[in-house]
Amino acid sequence: MISLAVFNDLLHGFSTVLDPMNLLWAVLGVTLGMLVGILPGIGPALTIALLLPITFNFSDPIGAFIMFAGIYYGAMYGGSTTSILINTPGESASVATAIEGHKMALKGRARAALATAAIGSFVAGTISTVLLTFVAKPIGNLASEFQSTDYFAITLLAMVAVTALVGHSLVRGLLSLTVGLFIGLIGLDSLSGAQRYTFGTLRLLDGVDVVIVIVGLFAIGETLHVASKLRSTPDRPAVLEKGQLRTGYLNKSDWSRSWAPWLRGTALGFPFGAIPSGGAEVPTFLSYTIEKRRARKAGRKHPDEFGDGAIEGVAGPEAANNASFSGVLVPLLTLGLPTSATAAVMLAAFQIFNVQPGPQLFEDQGTLVWTLIASLYVGNLILLIMNLPLIQIWVQVLKVPRPLLYAGILVFACLGVYSLSGSGYEVLMALLIGVVGFFMRKLDFPIAPVILGVILGPTMEEQFRRSLVISNGDASVFFTRPLSLIIIVLTVLALFVPYLPRIVARIRGTQASRDRLTFGEDD
Amino acid sequence: MTGEHRVKILVGYVPTPEGEAALDAAAAEAVLRGASVLLLNTSRGDAYIDNRYANQAELDAAESRLRDLGVEVTIQQAVGSGDVAHELIKAAEANEVGLIVLGLRRRSPVGKLILGSTAQRVLLESPVPVLAVKVPTPHD
Repeated sequence: MISLAVFNDLLHGFSTVLDPMNLLWAVLGVTLGMLVGILPGIGPALTIALLLPITFNFSDPIGAFIMFAGIYYGAMYGGSTTSILINTPGESASVATAIEGHKMALKGRARAALATAAIGSFVAGTISTVLLTFVAKPIGNLASEFQSTDYFAITLLAMVAVTALVGHSLVRGLLSLTVGLFIGLIGLDSLSGAQRYTFGTLRLLDGVDVVIVIVGLFAIGETLHVASKLRSTPDRPAVLEKGQLRTGYLNKSDWSRSWAPWLRGTALGFPFGAIPSGGAEVPTFLSYTIEKRRARKAGRKHPDEFGDGAIEGVAGPEAANNASFSGVLVPLLTLGLPTSATAAVMLAAFQIFNVQPGPQLFEDQGTLVWTLIASLYVGNLILLIMNLPLIQIWVQVLKVPRPLLYAGILVFACLGVYSLSGSGYEVLMALLIGVVGFFMRKLDFPIAPVILGVILGPTMEEQFRRSLVISNGDASVFFTRPLSLIIIVLTVLALFVPYLPRIVARIRGTQASRDRLTFGEDD
Repeated sequence: MTGEHRVKILVGYVPTPEGEAALDAAAAEAVLRGASVLLLNTSRGDAYIDNRYANQAELDAAESRLRDLGVEVTIQQAVGSGDVAHELIKAAEANEVGLIVLGLRRRSPVGKLILGSTAQRVLLESPVPVLAVKVPTPHD
């Protein structure tokens, strides 16, 4: 039976992850993740990119990936802390949480809000990891049927869909994507050996390292952005009420109001993580909207609490953003396809360790994959145990003057880039890209498409040219294979998703709203 | 006290024990001199969290405490001026106050080295007399 084999593999994964050293990586990853989760402007994508140079020295990649995964879902949770306590979402995935969460805190229910976020994250993380456990391998088997035309189409879909959903303007998104594709092209062409966009310098022959692009855009660009608007009214954290019950801080009615939103949030987060929608932004807002609508419909018990600190509005979105992480892993592990900026950085990490995610991953790197999956179970437990005790520390971190905080990050970023090559040239390059990133932020160009373009562009080109070589240069091959055609049609449709509300309104003949579905930058 | 208008007392208020001590001293001094009080609360505004920036409830409480003693109060709040000491002195000059009241707290030499001392700067640079108050402790 397949399922028995899965258990066997998973148990093997647990035996590796429970190794003290690997447990330490999990704790470190989760803690770092929570830290960057609470800091506005710094997300998991940047953190993983900063740590990439350090992990070059790891003898085996398992520890690194356990840590990276911990950073990802730790950040998903960490964002909720600042959302609730000071109404400053550290992560785009926590914006929905701030709406009700901060209201709860103002009413003296900060602990309950934090607890429902933590326990919801744990429940959602665990359920979605179970789903990942059983879904990953069958999808991987399915993907082994994929040909190069399909891979080309699906890479295109990932880039276009994320670009369409992220940011406020499709044109700006596509421009960002083009910049990313351009950077990805720099260097030697692997097939013909021709130099592309090297401007005659030897330095650019190897292309631009992905780490430099990520550190430049996220760390340096973002830091400059924060620095450009440094002074603002500071917040004071909502006072944490003294816990009457040490366990959970949730009373009976909180529990009964939280569990259903947790499950609904999980059901939204997992599939949305798996499809290219830019990560956790979409499902968190969907979850919030659904909980709000349900509360309005039910109407009897807690009629007008939404907008005034309804616990459902915290429980649902927080479950959704953690569930989305396991969802993100499905296409990443089985197809080598990132659906968010952070996933793209993780893909780069896989490539650095010479691990190629895709259908063969479960065969070639069984231990790595199953240990990674097992670490999610363990990491979610660590998150649940650690988060409430650590809140006071996070509050202290936020009291640090921002010039010190972000200058430190800038130094660390430059050190990381310098350690890549030991030459100042790379640091200058990162600074240059950082300045570009700053102006992109200022002028409202999304960053995520750039990263996807840099990382997926070369893959897409390779698959594209391989398809053409196989078909003797006949481009119709992309439209004659049904699977490829379906994916390409989906890609075209993805361009219209942001305009869905307007299209629906037009069809219904109602007042065409000027709304466009937009979602902020996701990490 | 030669002017036609009444003397003003500037108090640097923060919602901490030091700030409350300063407020008490300012209130007592205002009653004694028949002066009005200008209450100033500032934050550098460069951290995400600053507990020294008073919220409305705290400002209201401080105001009513002074009003109950029959002291006239004006409240000013400023953010992002960069330097609290400079802000206090600027306010003292602009409002022609006769006295600045400050709360002091114990600072380690290292803390002073890194962050500097607002109180010390005000003491040295103020154009008017400064009254520095410590938090009364049970040991004293």
